[in-house]
Amino acid sequence: MSRTHVSAVINGEPRDFLCEPQQTLLDVLRDELNLTGSKEGCGSGDCGACSVILDGRLVCSCLMLGVEAEGHTIETIEGLATGSKLHPVQQKFLEHAALQCGFCTPGLLVASKALLDRNPNPTETEARYWLAGNLCRCTGYDKVIRAVLDAAAVIRGEKSA
Amino acid sequence: MTTLTYQAPATVQDAVRILAGASGVAKVLAGGTDLLVQLRSGRVKPDLIVDTKKIPGMIGIREVEGGFVIGAATPGAVLGEHAALEKAWPGVVEAANLIGSTQVQGRASLAGNLCNASPAADSVPALIAAKATCVIVGPKGQREAPVESIVIGPGRTSLTRDEIITEFHLPKRPPRSGDAYLRFIPRTEMDIAVVGAGVSVTLDAGGVCRDARVSLGAVAPTPLLVPEAAAALIGHKLNQPTLDALDAAARKACKPIDDKRGTIDYRIKVAGVLARRAAAIAFERAGAHR
Repeated sequence: MSRTHVSAVINGEPRDFLCEPQQTLLDVLRDELNLTGSKEGCGSGDCGACSVILDGRLVCSCLMLGVEAEGHTIETIEGLATGSKLHPVQQKFLEHAALQCGFCTPGLLVASKALLDRNPNPTETEARYWLAGNLCRCTGYDKVIRAVLDAAAVIRGEKSA
Repeated sequence: MTTLTYQAPATVQDAVRILAGASGVAKVLAGGTDLLVQLRSGRVKPDLIVDTKKIPGMIGIREVEGGFVIGAATPGAVLGEHAALEKAWPGVVEAANLIGSTQVQGRASLAGNLCNASPAADSVPALIAAKATCVIVGPKGQREAPVESIVIGPGRTSLTRDEIITEFHLPKRPPRSGDAYLRFIPRTEMDIAVVGAGVSVTLDAGGVCRDARVSLGAVAPTPLLVPEAAAALIGHKLNQPTLDALDAAARKACKPIDDKRGTIDYRIKVAGVLARRAAAIAFERAGAHR
């Protein structure tokens, strides 16, 4: 089977990988690059557990082929923290206990970061609609939303982390 | 096991040549939010995928002579961020933005939504109501076709295997025009239309409808253009007799199926209701109450 050479910038670093044409970006991240933070929940774009940021835009990595990443910039959950310093959404998810089993958490964190990059002052309704494509079967979403709105206040500088 | 080949040509001519020369099953890739799901489930087993996104013009929006040219693979999120497009064609933008989640909006395109050929595609009734056309390129050159001529049955289009849609054209808006799209789903997000209704109107200075198009989704094997429903609006103001006539004409056009999303009777009833509500929004956007 022919493998294609792909170059992309992943979490700020230029990366090269070989992949088969039917491999999704999620397959590539997990199986070729050992970035196993992105999860496969449904494999059909319904659950959001595989969310990554592609050229500044939130996408499901299961709905993209690895070969489509050629020349693009990708941020995954592994790129959220700066060294040992957590991103405000990560910190607030911990403080608010916005996770239980944790499987949806990487996707929710990436999706929340994408929201706050774009709009650091979302209303609760905006946050809920933005995150409608991230399914969580444990939390009931309430703590998630509170954590995101609290992280937004930190990012706006109204509150310390 | 068949071997899948992926190609991302840099010109539309190369894309057409590759598709025309393909043996076996070839699929055109835009945003991929339907194709990747079908690929993974095994519902389609292509030998070749031709990615159109490296072709110049496939992603982006241009204003041309007062109308809009939308690249076929432009993601829904990009449509939603284009202020001039949203001002001129709010119904088209709201329909495209109803497709899937934020993540899906980052990829899903008008051409993909159209060529997936689902009877319930959200953007298609809005495009049909807007009198949108698509530019199709094939081995014999370029042609332009109305959006309502593309879907010919569930999962089937009128395109030949070596043709691709490159762009959509939305016409210039006359003054006092408005459009709207509404869909019914049993929740607020992340679902497939039970019924969808797109309405576009142009009014005269007195608020009388001078031109209209009405399109319904998920009530027949293809999205429908319903001239009888438009005729119920043209020559009339927005009042109860007009809305009743629209409701009746919309219901009469429906040929739905029973499925888990809704029964035949329910879909027909909802089609009339949504046509009325979408018409009321379109009239208001056209300035009927100002």
